[in-house]
Amino acid sequence: MNTTWAPAEQPESFAFDDESEAEIVNVLKKYPEERKASAVMPLLYIAQRQMGRVTGSAWIPLVAMDDIARRLEMAPIRVYEVASFYTMFNTKPIGRYHLQVCTTTPCWLRGSDVVTEACRKATGIHHFGETSADGLFTLTEVECLGACANAPILQVDDDYYEDMDGPRTEALIADLRAGRKPEAGPAINRMCSAPEGGRKTLLETSVSSPDQK
Amino acid sequence: MVKVIVDGTPVDVPAGFSALQACEAAGKEIPRFCYHERLSVAGNCRMCLVEVARAPKPVASCGFPISEGMQIFTDTEVVRRARRAVMEFLLINHPLDCPICDQGGECDLQDQAYGYGSGISRYHEEKRAVTDKDLGPLVKTAMTRCIQCTRCVRFSTEVAGTPELGMVSRGENAEITTYVQKALTSELSGNLIDVCPVGALTAKPSAFHARSWEYKKTDSIDVMDALGTNIQIQARGGEVMRIVPRVNDEVNEEWLSDKGRFSVDGLKRRRLDQPWVRVHGKLHPATWQEAFVSLARRLEGVPGEKIGAIAGDLCDVESLCALKDFLNSLGSSNLDCRQDGAWYDLSARANYLFNSDIAGIDEADALLLIGVEPRREAPVLNARIRKRYLDAGRGGFPIASIGQFVSDPTYQVEILADGPTALDALLKGENAFAEVLQKASRPMIILGHGALTRQDAPAIYAACKQLAAKTGVVVDGWNGLNVLHTAASRVGALDIGFVPGPHGCATASMLRGGVEVLWLMGADELPIDRISPETFVVYQGHHGDAAAKRADIILPGAAYTEKSGTYVNTAGRVQRAFRAVFAPGDAREDWRIIRAFSEVCGHTLPYNTVEELRARMADVNPVFAHVGHVTKLAAPQAIASQQEKDEDKSFMSAPFRSVIPDYYQTNAISRASPTMAECSKVYSVPRAIAAE
Repeated sequence: MNTTWAPAEQPESFAFDDESEAEIVNVLKKYPEERKASAVMPLLYIAQRQMGRVTGSAWIPLVAMDDIARRLEMAPIRVYEVASFYTMFNTKPIGRYHLQVCTTTPCWLRGSDVVTEACRKATGIHHFGETSADGLFTLTEVECLGACANAPILQVDDDYYEDMDGPRTEALIADLRAGRKPEAGPAINRMCSAPEGGRKTLLETSVSSPDQK
Repeated sequence: MVKVIVDGTPVDVPAGFSALQACEAAGKEIPRFCYHERLSVAGNCRMCLVEVARAPKPVASCGFPISEGMQIFTDTEVVRRARRAVMEFLLINHPLDCPICDQGGECDLQDQAYGYGSGISRYHEEKRAVTDKDLGPLVKTAMTRCIQCTRCVRFSTEVAGTPELGMVSRGENAEITTYVQKALTSELSGNLIDVCPVGALTAKPSAFHARSWEYKKTDSIDVMDALGTNIQIQARGGEVMRIVPRVNDEVNEEWLSDKGRFSVDGLKRRRLDQPWVRVHGKLHPATWQEAFVSLARRLEGVPGEKIGAIAGDLCDVESLCALKDFLNSLGSSNLDCRQDGAWYDLSARANYLFNSDIAGIDEADALLLIGVEPRREAPVLNARIRKRYLDAGRGGFPIASIGQFVSDPTYQVEILADGPTALDALLKGENAFAEVLQKASRPMIILGHGALTRQDAPAIYAACKQLAAKTGVVVDGWNGLNVLHTAASRVGALDIGFVPGPHGCATASMLRGGVEVLWLMGADELPIDRISPETFVVYQGHHGDAAAKRADIILPGAAYTEKSGTYVNTAGRVQRAFRAVFAPGDAREDWRIIRAFSEVCGHTLPYNTVEELRARMADVNPVFAHVGHVTKLAAPQAIASQQEKDEDKSFMSAPFRSVIPDYYQTNAISRASPTMAECSKVYSVPRAIAAE
């Protein structure tokens, strides 16, 4: 097989486990029988999550794509096209934790370079796309994650860690390494995307309630 | 009709046309790479940009629907600049290797770069390189040249029905690839070379052999199957270099099967280029005079009814007519063109034709295949069935088959049964598909040689006729009872009457020793070892194949590229091929050989030129006067007269078997072709292994 998007070494077999099968049943219900090829992306994602759950590396091997093609009655190449097009599908094995650093302009202005550097230092990874020697981390450069108010963002698997800087990144990675997963969200004193350190505007007037009108 | 104004000129075009089609209708040429009129619209090359009044920016005309009164401008400064920009983008990663590229001279990118290309490149970064893919022995790849138009992806998915090509990854890394790094499993893969607008996919067998402008181009007809695909033979220096399809919407649209395209190298090998005469059990080279004299001596005293002739699958009607006239003049009516032992109801021409014509498939709305495997017997026709299947939408074109398939038919088929007994069930209405046929307004039956070469062919054909009459397959204005032939010469031979006359022997009895002298004209697919040892065999043909080894006299003839000939396709369309090159050595056009020999043995045939011979053919059967057309003959009457015929109506229980064991090795030319031999080797691997 072509090695540019899928590795030559592939597992022999893949079978959806019970948990995935239950999800698949729900996904397939959303599409009419003759349009079930539409379920290709959810199914790829289910396969990827199962791989993460079972093997610790959330990626989609070719055998899983073939199985999805069979289930959805599509040509295998159509599944490959989808899986290789979207960057959120991993077609190569990755580490236990997928560190995705946003380096688009807002995050970059707010210090994504520092976050990247901290990731490198803490994991020993040299370049984006590489996996650390211990197999725990894969560092990826991603485009805008859509959380610019809380820039810079470091996405770990499905969770956003916001308002990162060098030391916080290193601490986060140390936690992950120790098997703890800190709570996602802003790493500083703020609520969601609200201003840092509490409200900054509309301080004098109390929020109008309907009966005051 | 919708009126649009193209560059100030109003044109009326059908609703549903795209802006590009409207521009073409107005006579404006729109450059394009990804758009192909027989494939779905992708709109990803952006070369066909035009300006539309009130549109904020140039639009890709290939996918832009027209509307009433729309004003299109195809040649404004904005358009030219937009196209130049697109061209600059396309050329960023395109290698400058035109001098060593086989597409050079017939390359869309090259041609359009003359119009829109910039003389210099502003690109200083590294160009990307893409690894070549292995698409098998026929298609050579140079993927760095690919401009990602996805025509090949759409062709293999839509037309060929073998979705093995795809575009993986994205952006800079996007590339066309196969999902198995194995040969494409399509019999139409050669067409990828034609649809590719650049030099990414080129012909492997003819790589680096010639440039497109060096070819002498001759229109001809393909003889590798009975479809009568219109082809152009491209020759250089007396050698056929390659064969490409010609557009004929009535027959092959613009596709050509791999066997028709790539058997060319078989024309240079194992050729018979001089007469041979068997003396004391060994074949010795001879001159024409020696061969004719010894043949005439052998024929002396042999009564007419002890002489027979069997015609092969690649013969032109001219030589068949000459051979028939010659044998008749010797007093023989032992003629047969059915070397496979097929049975036809010869009482009417419609009984052995593909009556709806190939284009009739586009109108059909139900199809029953009986003992036929279109994908292997006529790949281009199979693509037409698939096209109809896709156009009709889900369930719009139900297809059923009596008889199993060896390879995936590329459309959904309900297998009713393996053998002919299912016809009984259909006739009695016990099978649900009878109702499907009944309800369809244009139902179609395709009867193949898997059924017609069996002992019970008459019973099968009678049942088909009954079924056709009962379910409205044959009605006024529509005759959907079709016979798909496998031999290019067959319909022409039947039309000219190359069948046993009254008391004449058929193929089987001629082989069994019913004749003393057996004239085989290109007949190589016979069970040669069953020819009785006493029979004196004359082989007239172009390849030293099976029959030539058994022959006592070999008369070297011309292959289809080397003679001007008439061929009748399975639909009864009379088509003429022209001579592209001369036959090698002493080989001669077949009808001339027979004409010359007829003089030697004192039964001179009454024609000296091919025109006189063609006049004679038109005398024998008026259809030969209408070249390029299908002469329709009314069929329903024939059915009425046939129905009462009391024949043995019992079927054999044996399942239908495929008449083509190996698609790539079906005739003397393809068996002599190294390319076809390699294909046969590659593709004979069972699919289960190939998929690994």
